[in-house]
Amino acid sequence: MLNRYPLWKNLVILLVVLVGTLYALPNLYGEDHAIQISATRGGEVNTQTLQQVESELAANGVSPRGVTMENDQILVRLNSDTEQLAMREALVDALGTQYIVALNLAPATPEWLKTIGGMPLKLGLDLRGGVHFLMEVDMQEALRKIREQMTTSVRDRLIEERIRYSRVAEEGNNVVIELRTEEDYQAAVASLRNQYQGYDFDADASTRTVRLMMTDVQLQETRSNAIEQNVTILRNRVNELGVAEPVIQRQGQDRIVVELPGVQDTARAKEILGATATLEFRFVDTDSDLRDAMEGRVPFGSTLYNQRGGGQVLLENRVILTGDHIVDANTGYDENGRPQVSITLDAAGGRMMSLATRDRVNDPMATLFIEFIATGETRPDGSLEFDRLEEVVSVANISERLGSNFRITGVGSVQDAQNLALLLRSGALIAPIQIVEERTVGPSLGAENVKSGLTAIMAGFVLVLIFMGIYYRKFGLVANMALLTNLVMIVGVMSMIPGATLTMPGMAGILLTVGMAVDANVIIFERIREELKEGRSPQQAIARGYENAFSTIADANITTLITALILFAVGTGSIKGFAVTLAIGIVTSMFTAITGTRAVINLTWGRNKRLSELSI
Amino acid sequence: MFEITKVDENNPIRFMNWRMHTTILSIVIAILAIASLSVNKLNWGLDFTGGTLVEVGFSQPANLSQLRTVLAENELADAIVQNYGTQRDVLVRIPPRENVESESIGDQLLMILRQNMDEDLVIRRVEFVGPQVGDELAEAGGLALIVAMICILAYVSFRFEWRLALSAVIGLFQDVLMILGIFSLLQIEVDLTILAALLAVIGYSLNDSIVVADRIRENFRKLRKEDPESVINISLSQTMSRTLMTSLTTLVVIVTLFLFGGTMIHGFSIAMMIGVIVGTYSSVFTRSTIVLAFGISRESLMPPEIEKEGEDQEAMM
Repeated sequence: MLNRYPLWKNLVILLVVLVGTLYALPNLYGEDHAIQISATRGGEVNTQTLQQVESELAANGVSPRGVTMENDQILVRLNSDTEQLAMREALVDALGTQYIVALNLAPATPEWLKTIGGMPLKLGLDLRGGVHFLMEVDMQEALRKIREQMTTSVRDRLIEERIRYSRVAEEGNNVVIELRTEEDYQAAVASLRNQYQGYDFDADASTRTVRLMMTDVQLQETRSNAIEQNVTILRNRVNELGVAEPVIQRQGQDRIVVELPGVQDTARAKEILGATATLEFRFVDTDSDLRDAMEGRVPFGSTLYNQRGGGQVLLENRVILTGDHIVDANTGYDENGRPQVSITLDAAGGRMMSLATRDRVNDPMATLFIEFIATGETRPDGSLEFDRLEEVVSVANISERLGSNFRITGVGSVQDAQNLALLLRSGALIAPIQIVEERTVGPSLGAENVKSGLTAIMAGFVLVLIFMGIYYRKFGLVANMALLTNLVMIVGVMSMIPGATLTMPGMAGILLTVGMAVDANVIIFERIREELKEGRSPQQAIARGYENAFSTIADANITTLITALILFAVGTGSIKGFAVTLAIGIVTSMFTAITGTRAVINLTWGRNKRLSELSI
Repeated sequence: MFEITKVDENNPIRFMNWRMHTTILSIVIAILAIASLSVNKLNWGLDFTGGTLVEVGFSQPANLSQLRTVLAENELADAIVQNYGTQRDVLVRIPPRENVESESIGDQLLMILRQNMDEDLVIRRVEFVGPQVGDELAEAGGLALIVAMICILAYVSFRFEWRLALSAVIGLFQDVLMILGIFSLLQIEVDLTILAALLAVIGYSLNDSIVVADRIRENFRKLRKEDPESVINISLSQTMSRTLMTSLTTLVVIVTLFLFGGTMIHGFSIAMMIGVIVGTYSSVFTRSTIVLAFGISRESLMPPEIEKEGEDQEAMM
């Protein structure tokens, strides 16, 4: 008998190996130290910016490896990291605040590889350096706020329709409305039922009470929205940090993952990310006496608040507008050259503002800034507890009826104006967040990890090659070819899959698959030896060896695959990386160790009719 | 041709003759492991306990006692300080705190070190895990191990037979117990990478037992005259050189990983080393002994094959 693969099978194997190798290629070219320039609010990246960047490079005597403009971004490739740092400083000064100038590592992949989608492996934060944050959103606060809004709008509606109520209040998860007369009760039920369609609606005629409650679907939606909003806001804030390729992702019910490659100043990053705050615009209560209130006689419907920089202010409880309607806020100067903050609201916010300020021109309006600081305690249900710190950050007279665009003047120094604008702009969070996990890896440790990981892989690999070569002689060399191909395939497949990142445990995973990929060949070769000993001819021994070994290898690998999948499901970050490399390694090693070696063995020995001995 | 073992079907190594001894050995070691686990407990790492860990590189070899004094003066007396890798690299661990904004402890610590010790220190690593995250990770980790074992039990039962499946899982249990026992004895820190190692060991050790199980099944069909004990002996002898060869190559790569892979991967490679050795032992002795005790026989391995043939014939008709 002879051992031959049909031509198509050989070609398919060759094709698969070639494709794997092709996609592994970009990793040989490495990465350039680069600077990435993109526009922030109000800015625009155009040819003029490009010229400015180029002249700045020339002024510093730097000859870049390349300057390109793509997707509204300018990418400057430089020769070293020192040049990169120096040029970043220079460009930040030259371009001003309308641009984000971020450090980046740009793959130096040649164009022809890029056109077929070739990309080098993405390195995890433990190899690249950077910060990983896991943040938790305080859902209780989000829900509390929504109930508060509901209470206010119910009250407003009842007043508008001249329905007299004795009480509108939050009670647990409900908003409870108590009416005075049967007539009012009927009117309220009709009106509220119309407005709050889709809510759990519970009306009790005997006590003239209406209870409104959000349904589970609405609760779910609210949670989702709170997370989405936080993700958006975090994205804006991360942009302020000037980070290239940040990751901001929802994780599970109420968590958000933020990954900032290359960031080292974690204190600053946290300050910006963790500045959880909300804003409310409210009217100052001018009808009551402030001094009375300060002595403890706070009038009904108003609350006394501290003002930033000292003093107290009496504000109406009614909230004109919350910070989530703010679209943009910028600093500038008024007619008298004093700093001011101009604010843009969304359409709904503009309407609310317009309605509220219609009859209140010349009345003072306050901006109440609410910060949430984690107390470090947890609630009985395991979620985090926050302290609510409220402070009036600005009081200004309304000079005219306000709309979607208005400005706050008299905010103090330029620095104060900038701070206020930043707070307004960053958007007010509907629900506060807190960092529950942080993992920072400095760039030196990252580079060291890459180096030691590579050394370990190389050393382990070479030892296994020697081992196999000695033990199985020529067949061992075939197995070694398969092992080498397997390594290239793992790298190729991982570079191809967009979500796969290489981590430190992932490198351990690669080395481990090298050890395990050998196993398939050991099983096959041992089997061939046994068949030979039983007196079969070499060609028969090869065929039977592969046949008998196959199901064993498949079973063994499938169970390992099961554990890899489980690890992927429960693991986080770098452990997920381990699971991914392990899983990919199992699949590629099945291919190279079984099909690959068989093809080579068939081509080398399979055609020889008079083969009397195997080098195994 | 190099060979580790010479296999002769008529004269196999009689592994099962030693099964009394190995069973006693296994039980004694298991008791020791459980004793160590209950007395010494496990040295849970940051991933599971929560807290803060900071690794910094000083420009000079670090004076640890001075460092401890500085930390004690700044209300960080509960910090654990140790060298990590080199004389210059220092690892500081701070247990989780109540009532403090714990996520900023790392930053505070870095500020203190910069002011009092070395302005040019390099941040190598900062890790902060909130207590609730730690609990979740521990829960997820335990769950992963249990789910892995159940999935494997199901798969092996489906592919082979319940006796082989159950013995495989008991063997896995022994592997995990042994690794954890040694970790508790030596007080090596258990972090998330150890969980990864445990699952990798499960995969590896299962490899071994499937190769053996496969051979046992094959031999039961082929060697009709032999009793179960000698079938198992023959199967173990036949697979012995593969078992040793694979264990050896895997051990080689793990030892290189331990030597060159850096300090962060030490725990992982130690767990894997123990796992490979124990896994080899358990797939040769523990599992075979249990399979035999469960009363495996030719009949118990036959029925699925007969059913399959019957189905084929019907399809042809």
